[in-house]
Amino acid sequence: MTAATFARAEADPRRLFKALASQEALLAIAVIGLAIVVGLDNPRFLATRNLSDVLLGNAYIAVAAVGMSMVIVSGNIDISVGSLIGVLATLSGTLAVDGAPIAITWLAPLVVGILVMGLQGVVIAYLRIPAIVVTLGMLSILKGGLISVTGGKWITDLPDSFHLADIELFNILPMPVFLMIVATILAAWWMRYSARGRAIYAVGGNAEAARLVGISQRRTVVMVFALHGFFAGIAALLYATQLRVIQSTVPPNLELTIITASVVGGVSILGGVGTVIGSTLAAILIAEIASALVFVNVSPYWIRAVQGVLILVTVIADILRRRRMAGA
Amino acid sequence: MSEIPLPQTAKRVAPWWLMRHETMLAAILIVALIILGFLNNRFLTVDNLLNQGRLTTEVGLIALPMTFVIITGGIDLSVGSTVGLCAILLGYSWKNFDFPLPLAIAFSLLVGAAAGFLNGLVITKVKVPPLIMTIATLALYRGLAEGVSQAHSVRGYPEWFYFIGQENLFGVPAQLWLLLIAIIISGVALDRTTFGRTLYAIGNNETAARFSGLPVDRVKLIIYTLSGFMAGLSAFVLVSRVTTTRSDMGIGYELDVIATVVLGGSSIFGGVGTIWGTVVGLAMIQLLKDGLALTGVKGDATIVVIGAVLILSTLVASSLQRRRGGV
Repeated sequence: MTAATFARAEADPRRLFKALASQEALLAIAVIGLAIVVGLDNPRFLATRNLSDVLLGNAYIAVAAVGMSMVIVSGNIDISVGSLIGVLATLSGTLAVDGAPIAITWLAPLVVGILVMGLQGVVIAYLRIPAIVVTLGMLSILKGGLISVTGGKWITDLPDSFHLADIELFNILPMPVFLMIVATILAAWWMRYSARGRAIYAVGGNAEAARLVGISQRRTVVMVFALHGFFAGIAALLYATQLRVIQSTVPPNLELTIITASVVGGVSILGGVGTVIGSTLAAILIAEIASALVFVNVSPYWIRAVQGVLILVTVIADILRRRRMAGA
Repeated sequence: MSEIPLPQTAKRVAPWWLMRHETMLAAILIVALIILGFLNNRFLTVDNLLNQGRLTTEVGLIALPMTFVIITGGIDLSVGSTVGLCAILLGYSWKNFDFPLPLAIAFSLLVGAAAGFLNGLVITKVKVPPLIMTIATLALYRGLAEGVSQAHSVRGYPEWFYFIGQENLFGVPAQLWLLLIAIIISGVALDRTTFGRTLYAIGNNETAARFSGLPVDRVKLIIYTLSGFMAGLSAFVLVSRVTTTRSDMGIGYELDVIATVVLGGSSIFGGVGTIWGTVVGLAMIQLLKDGLALTGVKGDATIVVIGAVLILSTLVASSLQRRRGGV
């Protein structure tokens, strides 16, 4: 493409249309549109209290979806993250009740998250076992291990200073929302502009080409999983500190919600494509739908079916779009 | 190949069948049986072993078509959710739609087959990778089960309904006959028919299979449909055994089923696997569960062991394959 055609493309009004039709823009429109539609039906949905509850209660899913998006962009999958978040939240809460310094209770889930996910990355990359087998095995190891060690009991009497999610920056910005925004922007920037971040797309898009330009596929996969563990650690911390109690079990089907957020956010399951801005918007949209169901008198038991349909529609649309682009 | 091929017998130190994955596994199984028998005198009794067979049928029925799926290089993660959906629709159509119970059973089997068919259809027509398609339907089918049932359970089935799950036929648990018939049919289909050989061809090289004129898409559609249908059958046996229907039925079955198939020597990369291996794998997993239970380990800790078994057996299998130059 010459400079002239490039300039013409700049001026093309279709460019604006294209930008609006991006997955991120569509999701943003969906988030706002849904709020308006449900708000017309039931104005209480738009109450500040409800909207902030939706954001605060689900910011941890958006944070975890940032890591999941990196994993999927690299051409892998992880279904152990829900169990890991359960384990890390329990770990952090138990340390807090046992009187460990607050800094330790906040750092421990990050460190353990990086170690567990990094280990899975090593097994996947160096021993060449498919990610689905490794993470399915790890899911049951973590889930079964957690329940047999703790018996699923509730952790109570958490010290007040433990509750990271209660902190409001400048008395207005709640910590979960702050961390969600910071994690999303930093990760999006890093994935777009840094060499290591671009390497994730390269490995997921065309592993052979990535190898030929000198990117180590193995090291990239281990790095991606370690980072995913770091974000899972933050998510676990937000999850553990948002209520006064922690139940030491695995939140049911949390991994599915996180995967849904990433996939619906435009991260292609074929690898190599997608941004974490989309996955964060999708996490908000999914939480909004779950809340909206209650306000339009639909049983919340349907939420998982809605998630399933969302994944299906996005994945099929993604593949059909790629096919059309390849054909054109 | 540039080397002069040596006579095959010269290299072999043991007969071929002794070195096979399944044979080694069967040997381990027998040794484990004897050890557990010594440790606990209640273990090696006919009653206990038959009862273990009863408990393993639900996973076993699904593991057979899963062997087919994994041989083609695919995977089906939605089986546990399909069990939940079929169980709910069996109970719900009987209780709320006033279907006669036999019709309700047929309906739930049909729904199972349809659930599998949808997986197969999107996998073959849209080319969505099986892993992603079945993660999506793992959420969808469980969601439908939860949405339809609103977390209510259905119970109070008539007495005859409990036959398949709780009674004996000729001194053997009724559902074991069902499993036995399914094993024989699957074994023959895999080993002795063009259909079975097509599965290996797809798993070894799908493109080559396509260019050889094999009906790749049709065969895949059949095995995913079969997988859903057998999940429906498993749901029927399960509901009959536990006498109640809940939307959380079958959660985690995908782990047991995939661990069984992989432990039984099927390669997760496709192209390798036998029904005989899956049967031995099934016995191993159930033995492990029962052995752990008898030594006082709780159910939650057993899934830790099964998870570890899944990862380790894949590791061993893939390193053996690599050493043979397979991969």
